[in-house]
Amino acid sequence: MISIQTADFSLDEEYKKLRERAGDAGAIVTFTGLVREIYDSGSEATGQLKENREGKISTLYLEHYPGMTEKSLQQISDQAARTWPLLATRIIHRVGQLSAKDQIVFVGTASAHRQDAFESAQFMMDYLKSNAPFWKKQSSESGSVWIESKQSDTDALDRWQN
Amino acid sequence: MLNIQYFASIREALNRSEEQLELPASVATVDQLIAHLLQLNPHFKAVFNGKDKILVAVNQTVADKNCLLSANDEVAFFPPMTGG
Repeated sequence: MISIQTADFSLDEEYKKLRERAGDAGAIVTFTGLVREIYDSGSEATGQLKENREGKISTLYLEHYPGMTEKSLQQISDQAARTWPLLATRIIHRVGQLSAKDQIVFVGTASAHRQDAFESAQFMMDYLKSNAPFWKKQSSESGSVWIESKQSDTDALDRWQN
Repeated sequence: MLNIQYFASIREALNRSEEQLELPASVATVDQLIAHLLQLNPHFKAVFNGKDKILVAVNQTVADKNCLLSANDEVAFFPPMTGG
């Protein structure tokens, strides 16, 4: 089950619903991503350069591609369900205007055993970072800038290729 | 009609979010569509020929530049994705 929404979500509620859908699950893994106060906006930014490019963010704007984003999240969820014996999955991704410390993404998986639940949750997060059409724009005292994709996020997909 | 969409930094740099275009006879692939768009809008060159990577999706699936186009396709241009 996937949702793209501007509204916040309740971890309690989502956990409860996931547990209800999960039947005879022995393990539920939930992951929540939060908006950080400091964003590293560049892939090659390191050391001094990185410090110069970081700034306190006041807001984060999330743009998406209506239609394709839903499709991409569904594909990621389906692929996880084909790879691990899952009893339920849940993805929520927020869009629009967010502030530091806001919840931005939720991934939940339920399985008979913990390893499948852990691995599939990490797989879904790794894939949605680089394979679902969302774009972050940060605004701070020094202006607005689109956050660049990170090589480390693309590299994170390599571990799932075999 | 081809429905072309632009997102995020590409949308801002081009100052448009979407446009409709009759698929020209000379355009069979994504690459040729880009060449055609640059001809129509010379100011697109700074964006499409710049150093920043641009991804393309055809009918909401990421495609490469040799992807063949049909008359009513939805083509989207956007920067690498940064969700999560």
